[in-house]
Amino acid sequence: MVEVEVPRERIEVKEMKVRIHVNGSWVEREIRPDLILLDFLREDLGLLGTKKGCEEGECGVCTVLMNGKAVLSCLVPALKANGAEILTIEGLAERGRLHPIQQAFWEEGAVQCGYCTPGMVLSAKALLDEHPEPPTEEIKEAISGNLCRCTGYGRIVRAIEVASERMGKKKG
Amino acid sequence: MPLGGESSDVLKAMDWKAYEKPNDLREALRLLEQACGMGRVIAGGTDLMPQVRRGECHADLLVDITGIAALKGIKEEDGWIFIGAGVTHAEVAGHPVLQREAKALAEGCRKVGSPQIRNMGTLVGNVVTAQPAADGAIPLMVLEAGLQVTSNQGERWVPLEDAYEGIGFSSIDATREIVTRVRFQKLGERAETGFFRMARRKALALPVVNGAVSITLSPSGKRVEKARIALGPVAEKPFRSREAEARLESGDLSHEILLAVSRIASEEANPRTSDRGGSAYRKEMVRVQLFRLLEKVVKEAREKG
Repeated sequence: MVEVEVPRERIEVKEMKVRIHVNGSWVEREIRPDLILLDFLREDLGLLGTKKGCEEGECGVCTVLMNGKAVLSCLVPALKANGAEILTIEGLAERGRLHPIQQAFWEEGAVQCGYCTPGMVLSAKALLDEHPEPPTEEIKEAISGNLCRCTGYGRIVRAIEVASERMGKKKG
Repeated sequence: MPLGGESSDVLKAMDWKAYEKPNDLREALRLLEQACGMGRVIAGGTDLMPQVRRGECHADLLVDITGIAALKGIKEEDGWIFIGAGVTHAEVAGHPVLQREAKALAEGCRKVGSPQIRNMGTLVGNVVTAQPAADGAIPLMVLEAGLQVTSNQGERWVPLEDAYEGIGFSSIDATREIVTRVRFQKLGERAETGFFRMARRKALALPVVNGAVSITLSPSGKRVEKARIALGPVAEKPFRSREAEARLESGDLSHEILLAVSRIASEEANPRTSDRGGSAYRKEMVRVQLFRLLEKVVKEAREKG
């Protein structure tokens, strides 16, 4: 590529206001424009449940739900999420009660070191919100972007099946 | 990076200095113009963010086009299908019209990256990043798609093949131009498309080889009137195997002709040796996978008619 003389001073750096709906309430902050959503959640909001892994979109530990869809928060500029609804693992339990997916992960032994678990649970939630009773193949596909190096995935898939059954019963 | 106070905001160089997410195309173009070449379009960001982090892409201003409502839809109009620049791989893969009219494209988009990447990344972005084995772009090649490119100088349609200048280099200038949508013609009654992909893992693994086929049968179903075959990564850009296409259109359908077409495509392919596969292996896999895909697509086209 040709190097071109550019007036680099023309763009002024200024803190920018971002307003994001995180786990049920609006938060507003002045942030540096190149802040990544993952760092915004962890550093600015102190929500450490969302993990930092490869930081290049391969491992899935930073998965959060943005407007209901699973996304990788390490690849989302915080300002891209302006006005969006974000759900992190901290937003799942209600009044001290684990979400059925969390409960099933715990009971089925789907958690070992735990580093992939928040992302795994959120990918499972996105799936079950859209397809409450998914076949096993669909479960495997839904978590195909979340790497786990401990469990071998069998117990995770089983936990999601258990959660699906229970959530179906609750709705009647 | 040291754990101490070295990484303070003042000392750390900024990845970009400003981020704008306009809801209007004209405003987006104006922002790019003001940035005098130091602005850049961002859509899903799944390729751009890692590039910025690796220092491969420098921009002072990122102009996010995913807030522009006009770039969001998938439309059918007068025998054409239009897909907006804001449409994600997941939206393409799940769209009933595309599953019916452009099965190869829906299938290709369903294989990109991972569910999260497909929720973020866009089909148009998959073209502009100019990778020779992009699972969304390979099917667009056999659909003979075109890109609508908009800048302050006006609007033009660019044939997909002309959007590529080399590995990772697009002829679209993302510092001042915005691809607004991609279009292709519906194929009609006797046509069918298909896609294959071979990779070490089903998710999060770039393909060893991939490819797409589109065929239109003659009214009797005995011949292929029109054939399009695209392969990746076997050249610097998504590769149209034109000799193989001509051979497929040259005579009555038979087991032998499909074997010959696959062999010609394999000979035309010129893959590099990389950690994903040696050149000779990739050529052989083109032959095998393309033959299987051709058999399947011919069968499906006949069942349709």
